[in-house]
Order: sequence, then structure tokens, then C-alpha cells
Amino acid sequence: MPLRRLTIRQKLTGIAMLSSFTALVSASIAFLAYDLHSIRQSLARRILTDAQIVGFNSISPLVFNDAETAAATLNGLRAEPAIVAAIIRAQDSAAPFATYFRDGPPVPHPAFPAPAVLGPVFAADHLLVSEPIRFEGRPIGTLVIQADLAEIRNRQRRYAGIVVAVLAGSFVLALGISRLMEQSISRPIVRLADTARAVSAQKDYSVRAHGAGRDEVGLLIGTFNQMLDQIQRQDSDLKEAHADLERRVETRTRDLAAANKELEAFSYSVSHDLRAPLRAIDGFSKAVLTDYAPRLDDRGRHYLERVRAGTLRMSQLIDDLLGLARVSRRELVRKRADLSDIAGQVAAELRRRQPARKVQVKVQPGLVAEADPHLLAIVFENLMGNAWKFTGKREDARIEVGRQADGGAPAFYVRDNGAGFDMQYADKLFGAFQRLHAEADFEGTGIGLATVQRIVARHGGRIWAEGRVDEGATFYFTLERNP
Amino acid sequence: MNNRPILLVEDNPDDVELTVMALKESKITNPVVVARNGVEALDYLFGTGSHAGRDVSLQPVVVLLDIKLPLLSGIDVLRRMREDDRTRRTPVVMLTSSDEREDIANTYDLGANSYVRKPVEFEGFVSAARQLGLYWTVLNEPPGAAR
Repeated sequence: MPLRRLTIRQKLTGIAMLSSFTALVSASIAFLAYDLHSIRQSLARRILTDAQIVGFNSISPLVFNDAETAAATLNGLRAEPAIVAAIIRAQDSAAPFATYFRDGPPVPHPAFPAPAVLGPVFAADHLLVSEPIRFEGRPIGTLVIQADLAEIRNRQRRYAGIVVAVLAGSFVLALGISRLMEQSISRPIVRLADTARAVSAQKDYSVRAHGAGRDEVGLLIGTFNQMLDQIQRQDSDLKEAHADLERRVETRTRDLAAANKELEAFSYSVSHDLRAPLRAIDGFSKAVLTDYAPRLDDRGRHYLERVRAGTLRMSQLIDDLLGLARVSRRELVRKRADLSDIAGQVAAELRRRQPARKVQVKVQPGLVAEADPHLLAIVFENLMGNAWKFTGKREDARIEVGRQADGGAPAFYVRDNGAGFDMQYADKLFGAFQRLHAEADFEGTGIGLATVQRIVARHGGRIWAEGRVDEGATFYFTLERNP
Repeated sequence: MNNRPILLVEDNPDDVELTVMALKESKITNPVVVARNGVEALDYLFGTGSHAGRDVSLQPVVVLLDIKLPLLSGIDVLRRMREDDRTRRTPVVMLTSSDEREDIANTYDLGANSYVRKPVEFEGFVSAARQLGLYWTVLNEPPGAAR
């Protein structure tokens, strides 16, 4: 398992165990090494002392060539159990003068190596000690003693057992202690992590982490709690603002619904009640004109005709105003609208109403938009109706419907070569009741373009116009959802 | 020619006079019974209230019904007529100054036979009345006539 996947508790325990184990093992190794060294030294010293004593006692047997006494002397080495064998050689003689074997003479007779140096020499499994035998300062022979290292090995084995036992014991002890110690560190951290998880999962910013000591963990918990304070404050501010906004939207929606209802009642009453007196004025004027014709002179008849004309105009105004109101109220239904088809139908209707007029109408084919076809029909009725109206005084009247795609969003346009307008007044074109021409020249209520603008605005589009006096006008509009 | 009355339900005296004038101008001679509100119209149709004792087997040849009326609206009158067997098939022409889409849809849903918007111009009024009168009094055989 990678180290970073361990929990903090496991890491802390691991650190404690590893450090105590390392300390213990290195101490044991050092102690073992020292002990090994000292036991070898003491063995070497002991054997050397034995060699010196036996060597001294062998002087006279060597001088008097008494091998029996020499062997008896060597046999005294039996008191030292580590000594395996001993041999005395006379000076300048290859054959042994006297020998001693702890476990009986081996077969074949071992060739005692003659050590290159005097004194104790350690080999892999034994110790050799060579001691010169001197008489009156002159070397007369050599004593070589071989000792085994069983004692050292036994002691090493015992020590290893002790070390393992101590290690195991202290391991268990260290584990217990570290468990106790790491809880004081890991428990607050684990609790902090639990708190953080709860906050994140339940979005409850009112909980707090507990158990702040004076160490770094305590500092962390304190800072965490401060952070929670801030988040809780911000959260409640946000909720309050949201609720406030919701309340405001609700109020506005209610106000708007009330205003809409009022507008609806208003236009309903306008369409019913305002028309009735107009019918009376017109109808009774007509009755006077027919029933009292003999008693009326030309002037009387003229006045009554003016009354009737005014009545009709007022009726048209009411109709147009209601149309404008209806356009605002109607739900916008976007679908694929064939604008070329709509414009074509409008042109046909205009020709039907005034078959005597000669107007060249050119509609670009394939004009489509995602828009409300019913409202778009009202747009073209007004724009093309205006074009038709304002080209009334031209022989070569021309109306053009198309789309202009250069730069930015595509704009649809209706262009004519009629009376046009002064660009100076372009901003007045789209206001209700705003007219740029005298009623006598071109009739109209001044509501049509306001209606068109309302429809374009409801589609999220934009409308504008270009024109020159006596050269014509072009009305552009877009229908994008997000301009 | 059928000479049963035409019931005109209209609260505006100007409109009553103009309608009568227009009918006369269109040479329609059926008597015109005028009800000034919805309650009066139902009283006439069902022989109740001020018209108690009227022979209700004699139903009008056509009812010209305004929508905006005091007490009971034209739409209420129409609903009550269509709920009653005696008037279920009596022709009803909604004659009103409103051309609100909702009104038109509502009255057709409730079983109005026609919907005519009263034009402001008197000539238009006359021609509408003429067409109406011709249609409902001459060309159209009302359901009751078979008896």
C-alpha cells in the first residue's frame, strides 16, 4: 500500500514503531559487537597464559629430552575445556616432541600448521596460539595450542535469543505507548475531518469542530471554525437576498398580472363602449341626411358629412389602438415563418383593394425566420401598406421586400420609392400618433409603425429606417432572440 | 313568409333605434321585440316574470343578442337558451361592437349561429342587417316552422 494511502493514525504508529525499532536494533548490534570482541580477547588471553605456563614447564623436558614428562605437562591442559589440541616441537625438528588431544588422537594425525606469527591467531572456527620455548635466551622449541570457538558461538546464540526477546517485548510496549500518544494528535484531526465532511454533505454551516488545543491542530480547528462562521454569515445573507428577490418577483408578477387584467378590461370596454356612441352619431346623421333631405341646404349636408367622416376616423383610431394593445397582450408563438409567402399575400390583398393602382412589387423568395407568423403578417401589412400608401403619387411605384445579410445579423427590409421622409425626424417614426405627413396628403392614424415596433421588440429584434424626402424609404428589422 | 317576431336583446336605446331603422331599411317586416337586458330576454323566451303567460310555443324567428348587457350577459343568455329544449334550436346571432377573439370563440363554442360586428358606418349596419334578415327570415327555415 502506498504510504499516502495510510491514515494519519497508521502513519503516526508507523513512525513511532520504526524509530523505536531502529534505535533498539542499532543498540543491540553495537552491544553484541562489543561483547563478541571482548570475549575473543579474554579467550585469547586465557589460552596465551596457559601456553606461557606450559611452555615454561616444558623447558626441562626439552633440555633433558624427556618426552614422557612433556606429554604429562601437556596433559595438564585438560583443565581448559576450550583447548582441543596442543603440540610441542623441538627446535629445527619436523616431528612433534609431545602432543595432547582432548578427544583422543585423531586419525590420521593432523598436520599442525606452523603459524607464521607468534601469539594468538583467529581462524574461521578455531584459535591458534604459538609460544616459543626458550632456555637461557636461546629458542629450543615451540608450543602450539589449538582452541575451538564453541564457547563464543554458544554465547552468541544466547545473546541473539535475548535480543529477539527484548525486541519483541519492547515492540509490544512501544506499540501500546504510541497508540496512547497518537490518539492525542490524530483524534482531533479525525474529528475535524468528520466535521468538514458533514458540513460539505449536509450544507449545514451551523456545526463547529471541538477540542481546540494550543498546538498546530488546535490552530487548524480554530481557523476552520472561523471559516465556517464566515460561510454561515454569507450563506444566510445569500438566502436572505434570494428570499427578498423572490418576494419582489412575486410582488412584481402580481402587479403585472393586475395591470394586464386592467388593460384587458380597459380595451374590452373601449371596444364595446366607445364604439356605441360613434354608431349613434353616424347612424342618426345619416337618418337626418335621408329623412330631412328637403329641409337641408348644401352647407347643412356638408357639415353632416364632416360629422360622419370624423366618426369614421375615430372608429379607425379605436381599431388601431386596440390592435396595438392586442399585439402586446398576445402570446408570442415562434415557429418557422415563410416571410416571402406572407409578403406575397399582403401584396395580393393590397392589389385587391386598389386594383387601379400600378405598383411593381418584388418579394425575394426564400425569406424564412423563427417568428410568430400571425404577428409577422401584421408587420408586413403595416410596412407594405405604408409603402403602398406613400407611393400613391408616383407613376413608377416600386415596393421591394428582401433580406440584407452584409455584416452582423440578417435584417429584413421593405423598400419603396415613395414620398420618403427627412432623416432628421427618423426617431419620431415609431411613436404612437406620430405622423410625418399631413392627413390631407396621406391618411393614417400614426399607430401602424408603433405596432410594428412593438412586434419586433417582442421578438427581441430591432427596427430602424432610412429615407430621403421624395426618394423613398427603407424599413429594416431583425428578429433574433438574443441580439 | 314567416311573420314571427325578431327578438332584439340590446340595452343601448341608440342601438335599438338604429337596428330597427336598419331592419326597416332592409325591408324586413317581422315585428321586433326588444329586451333591455338578459333577464328580460329570458323572461320573454320562457314566459316568466314580466312576460308571464306568454305563449312560449311561439319562439322568435331569430334572436339578435348583444354580449355586453346589464344583469345577465349575452353569453349567459346564450348558455341558458342552449340548455333549454324550447330554445335549443332557436337561431342566435351575436350582434356586438366587440371583435375580441375570445368572445367570438366563446359564443361559437356555446352554439351561436353567427357573429356579426356592428359597423360604425350606418350603411354597413344596414347591409349587415339586410343580410341577416334575409338569411334568417327568408332563406333559412327555422326549426319550429315544420310544426
